[in-house]
Amino acid sequence: MEFLVIQTLNGLSYGLLLFLLSAGLTLIFSMMGVLNFAHASFYMVGAYFGYQITRWIGFWPALIAAPLLVGAIGMLVERYGLRRVHKHGHVAELLFTFGLAYIIEEAIHLVWGRAAVEFNPPPVLDGPLFTVFGSSFPIYRGFMAAVAIAMLVAIYLGLTRTRVGLVIQAALTHPQTVEALGHNVPRVFMLTFGGGSALAALAGAVGGPAFVTDPGMAAAIGPIVFVVVVVGGMGSLAGAFLASLLIGLLQTFSVSLNWSLGGLLKPLGVAPVDGTFLAEMLNLTLAQAAPMLPYLIMVLMLVVRPRGLMGTRET
Amino acid sequence: MSTLRFKPVTAGRWFVWGTFAFVLLVLPLVFRQGFALTLMSQMGIMIIFALSYNLLLGHTGLLSFGHAVYMGLGAYFAIHALNLIGQGRLGIPVALLPLVGGLFAALFGALIGWVTTRKAGVAFAMISLGIGEMVHAMSLMFPAFFGGEGGVTSNRMVGPAPLGITYGPAIQVYYLIALWTLLSMAAMFALTRTPLGRIANAVRDNEERAAFVGYSTERVRLLMFVLSAFFAGIAGGLAAINYEIVTAETVSTLRSGAVLLAAYIGGVGFFFGPVIGAVVFTFFQTALSGFTKAWLLYLGLLFIAIVMFAPGGFAMILMQNLRVWKFGLLGRLIRPYGWALAPGLLALAGFVGIVEMTYHVSATGAPREMTLGGIPVAPFSATPWLVCGVLLIAGAALVAVAWRRVRAEWDEVQREIEAKTSMLAGA
Repeated sequence: MEFLVIQTLNGLSYGLLLFLLSAGLTLIFSMMGVLNFAHASFYMVGAYFGYQITRWIGFWPALIAAPLLVGAIGMLVERYGLRRVHKHGHVAELLFTFGLAYIIEEAIHLVWGRAAVEFNPPPVLDGPLFTVFGSSFPIYRGFMAAVAIAMLVAIYLGLTRTRVGLVIQAALTHPQTVEALGHNVPRVFMLTFGGGSALAALAGAVGGPAFVTDPGMAAAIGPIVFVVVVVGGMGSLAGAFLASLLIGLLQTFSVSLNWSLGGLLKPLGVAPVDGTFLAEMLNLTLAQAAPMLPYLIMVLMLVVRPRGLMGTRET
Repeated sequence: MSTLRFKPVTAGRWFVWGTFAFVLLVLPLVFRQGFALTLMSQMGIMIIFALSYNLLLGHTGLLSFGHAVYMGLGAYFAIHALNLIGQGRLGIPVALLPLVGGLFAALFGALIGWVTTRKAGVAFAMISLGIGEMVHAMSLMFPAFFGGEGGVTSNRMVGPAPLGITYGPAIQVYYLIALWTLLSMAAMFALTRTPLGRIANAVRDNEERAAFVGYSTERVRLLMFVLSAFFAGIAGGLAAINYEIVTAETVSTLRSGAVLLAAYIGGVGFFFGPVIGAVVFTFFQTALSGFTKAWLLYLGLLFIAIVMFAPGGFAMILMQNLRVWKFGLLGRLIRPYGWALAPGLLALAGFVGIVEMTYHVSATGAPREMTLGGIPVAPFSATPWLVCGVLLIAGAALVAVAWRRVRAEWDEVQREIEAKTSMLAGA
């Protein structure tokens, strides 16, 4: 029981962090049709900026400054990079962000080195939040979830209740009409790209202390975010939210379960010969297979239902 | 209406291929050091791999982020076969191992492609990424086949040795790789000229029209995918022979990204583009990485520069200038090129200096002094930073000015060519 409660909470807080990342990616994709490969890199830059600003000033200013800085970088990338390659088509845009991810990773190597940096939560957020059945749930995990929920509400209100949000929503589906009405659509694109990058950076600044802050963090989480976006349905925020929680829970639970097909067959009296490939297949535990599961779900989703859980368009 | 003339073999083509074969033959006689031989062997493998990738991206319009899966699986099957030969349980010569890799890769290509090639575009890109990540994750789950962290090792000096060829010396392996490179290149080039290759182009350019003409676009994509996997598997088999070890890194997404970079830098619009790309990439990866830790940064910047300013890659730059040369106008461009190139090199030197010094300073316990291209510098003082900064900024400014002249002259030359060709067409 305690396992179930604690793992569910862990899974939810991780899933909410994934949503912070996938929300920006989804918005950028549905507006510009660009799958941003550098999105996880902005997450990583956010974590490193958060680390550096925490060392210079403090954790709380870092939480605000890091996303703003990365958001500004994102806007510059859109204005002087993406917009230039736009005329060469979507593949060029995609490849541009792909190359950008390489450069950002190398730039991180250049400045902060190849080893992980020590990015710890502030003392206020250190320690257990509450204890259930003898197991404790850390404050920081709760804080992470709270930030993500606050941003979720902010995104929702921002998109549905503000003027800019309405223009963004309109530009999603009818960019020409919005432009004809006198709005600067390229600037809306730039703002969206910057905003999405800032969200990713916030996820990085919040997630950095919870996980590891090292140059491999972008490559580790980037494909997972893609899985979330595809499973949720490209361009659907609600789908991204659902899929984030789903993948978050799946990853948290699967790494701690030692179930295997072989174990299931054992009561039936079936046991494969040790050392053979079949035995390896059957004795594989869920925990061992955990890194593969999100991709398996993604591939199955693309085969069975290409538009994802809540998506409206066939990609 | 113009008539379609079929000229399967031209003198020019024979000349180009003959020269290429000749170069492959004499290269080891020119560059005798062991390092050069290693470099050239790697280039050969990369050429096959990049060309096989371009069967997808350039010829069929399928952007794959998981092509290393097929080269990797080919390498794994080849090295297991090599071990079987060593145990005397398999009776094929080592020289045919790439074929084993290719056939198994094609088998998996057919299996996976059957699912993935139903859609083109972004859906295919994403699904290939998913498959790539999945196979990489699997490689650490099944140590019996993938060899776990340490990979699978082998010994290539097994089986019969006709004419004393044991594949012990690196030169023999080089010639084996060169032969397979030439064969694969010829086969892939021939493939692009078959009806299948042409229809693949049609499917790339306009799927709907190709379907209306009566072709199953899914089947065309699948066939091209399987053939591409086959050649990737051949590259994998050669890699298994060359290194005598295959690790999980061979199926990693890093490798998939590398082949995309190589093919695109070379240029996906021409058949020979990826060949240039493979040579440049291997040079960066093997030769440059010995000098600087920042080679991947330089490669990434080169890639971005190509995407932004020359989406046709090196091949396109080459062919455009070749066209100008054919019309006898290249001489007029030489001078503007020189004016842009000289400050460009200065700016590059300044940039490289800054990057290298940053790397040096950020490393913990770095010594006070370092050398940049043979010049001793003190990275902890302001002078070298200032010099490099001035070089970079002044160089970039001069390039910007000189580039305008290049542009103007280029446009002028293009206009003249235009006039000439329209005159010819009129007459």
